[in-house]
Amino acid sequence: MALPTYAGPLERSWYYAFRIICAAIFVFLIAPILIIIPLSFNAQPYFTFTREMLTFDPAGYSLRWYQDFWQSASWQASIRNSFIIAIGATIVATTLGTLAALGLSRSHMPFRAAIMGVLISPMIVPLIISAAGMFFFYSKINLAQTYTGVILAHAALGTPFVVITVTATLSGFDHSLTRAAASLGADPTTTFFKVTMPLILPGIISGALFAFITSFDEVVIVLFLAGVEQRTIPREMWSGIREAISPTILAVATILIAISVLLLVSLELLRRRNERLRGIQET
Amino acid sequence: MQATATAAGGLGSSKAERTALKKALRRTERRRQLWAFGLTLPLLAFLLAVFVVPILGMLKLSVENSELARTMPEAAEALRAWEGGGVPLEPVVATFAHDLRAARDARALSPVAQRLNNAHAGDRSLIQGTARRLPDAPDGSWTATLAEIDAEWGEPRIWWSLKRAAEPWTDLYLLQSLDLQRDIDNEIVATPSERALYRNVLARTLWISLAVTVLCFVIGYPLAYKLSTLPPRLANPLMILVLLPFWTSLLVRSAAWIVVLQREGPINETLLWLGILAEPVQLVFNRAGVLIAMTHIMLPFMVLPLVSVMKSIPKSHMQAAIGLGAPPLTAFSRVFLPQTRPGIGAGCLLVFIISIGYYITPALVGGTADQMISYFVAFFTLQTVNWGMAAALGSILLVAVLALYFVYARLVGIDRLKLG
Repeated sequence: MALPTYAGPLERSWYYAFRIICAAIFVFLIAPILIIIPLSFNAQPYFTFTREMLTFDPAGYSLRWYQDFWQSASWQASIRNSFIIAIGATIVATTLGTLAALGLSRSHMPFRAAIMGVLISPMIVPLIISAAGMFFFYSKINLAQTYTGVILAHAALGTPFVVITVTATLSGFDHSLTRAAASLGADPTTTFFKVTMPLILPGIISGALFAFITSFDEVVIVLFLAGVEQRTIPREMWSGIREAISPTILAVATILIAISVLLLVSLELLRRRNERLRGIQET
Repeated sequence: MQATATAAGGLGSSKAERTALKKALRRTERRRQLWAFGLTLPLLAFLLAVFVVPILGMLKLSVENSELARTMPEAAEALRAWEGGGVPLEPVVATFAHDLRAARDARALSPVAQRLNNAHAGDRSLIQGTARRLPDAPDGSWTATLAEIDAEWGEPRIWWSLKRAAEPWTDLYLLQSLDLQRDIDNEIVATPSERALYRNVLARTLWISLAVTVLCFVIGYPLAYKLSTLPPRLANPLMILVLLPFWTSLLVRSAAWIVVLQREGPINETLLWLGILAEPVQLVFNRAGVLIAMTHIMLPFMVLPLVSVMKSIPKSHMQAAIGLGAPPLTAFSRVFLPQTRPGIGAGCLLVFIISIGYYITPALVGGTADQMISYFVAFFTLQTVNWGMAAALGSILLVAVLALYFVYARLVGIDRLKLG
């Protein structure tokens, strides 16, 4: 929206003021995240820019905090735990979520709204409540402080995302394709794997990515359910921030930001691919 | 399909054929419904087992009162039968003393001591101390023996507490969560102000959530307006800037704010260097830090629904209003603003709902006076093992959130819940 030529001085100043306000909001959104990236390369154990850093003196920068992170046994264990738990949770959530989305997208689904309400409830209930409830329950059945317990809990949190993304992909799905496959003699399983699955795959993958990042970033459930053995990266960060905040935290944070950017880009690419696939279908 | 069936019936087929066809159709319809339902069944069963049942269990835990009945069954029965008022008669006291000794010898006393202590601080040591010094046989009557060990046993208050603990259910925790308690006449009264805490916590939770909602609205509305009016070529990359914080780990963002806002952090250093400040200000581990960090985290939840509503408003509306002579501000408040109301409702509700249940950010960035209800749920679960209190506070929070979501669903529709 360019400024019209007939605009008066008041409108003109408001137009520029508005631009500055918006720019300031963007700075507020992004700056805190960006600022910790250079600080993680600080050669000194401080959280501020040293004189050497400001003058771009190479001596002011170092990789020591990354080395710290990489060589510490507890961080090493947390990386392994994070991946074990997130991958386990993603597999469970994606399988169950995709099946449920296939059922929900059929026009014959009874009690659709009620079932949808139950299926997305893990997203609605505050994490602290899910965590406390699961803690009381899992302690009783000896699932607290086990990998299984944390994986099941994280899978439950991830399923709404899979259900929502796959249902959204299926809403543009042409059901005559499955009927065509069936009339040509394919059984339902073959139809699913040869016809339906390739077309809704972008939806399934973005759902799986959502489920993965949900588990990978989650800390409340881990605080309640995980023992020392199952400490994940966010859990280590939590104790790091609470107890003695060291620049190693910033190095970990920078790595996590890189992972988020990677995931965000893959999701965007998947979304575009999905739109393209649908575009082909429509013509 | 029903329509096809009647149409086919209209073509002169017999009545029997028609009913047979209808039946077959209904059967297929039912089979399809079962098939669709069957697909959702594994997930429904999974969520029921790992999510719904634990939460129902928590709701039950907030009114559960089984400690005394489990450890001291006969005493619990005797106390339940006793009509209350004063100190019970010797048989009840004797049963209690007998069960107390049995529980002590079985080392099963601590849940009962904890339960009584939850209702009245100090009862834990009373029970444990009495149990330790309890003789095998009474010196005269049990009533006299107990009173000799601790004068408290001669008072009606402890017996009344025991009777309350012997009931199958209790409203103790739910009342405590609202700073209420039952007095010796079983009337609900306010907790003495020196021990009242939770009304304050509830008010603080609502206050912080409301403040974050207002801040998000004030910051998010212009941002959403800008994003919705820019051409896609510019709007898409800027949208990614809005989404990036959304996708960054919560702990990363909380750590970032601690670093940025601390006394020796970049903000203080810059302001000192510019001469705006004479000495660094405390921006983190207090209310200001919580509000800043939470607003940053909630902003995308406000911006996304606003953008989607604003994009659907044709530009020509504003142009027409201005063309008809309305000053820009009037055109905005009379034409544009009312049309964005659904987005405002959705964004504000969503931010408020997510805020009231927030735990991580206030716990990391706030001080002790900025902790919300969720902090106390964690505290009672993990630190002082007072599960009844944790469950009661959790239940109150859950009911509040579900009620707000119900409003959200009526206003916006739960299907419109979008991601990213």
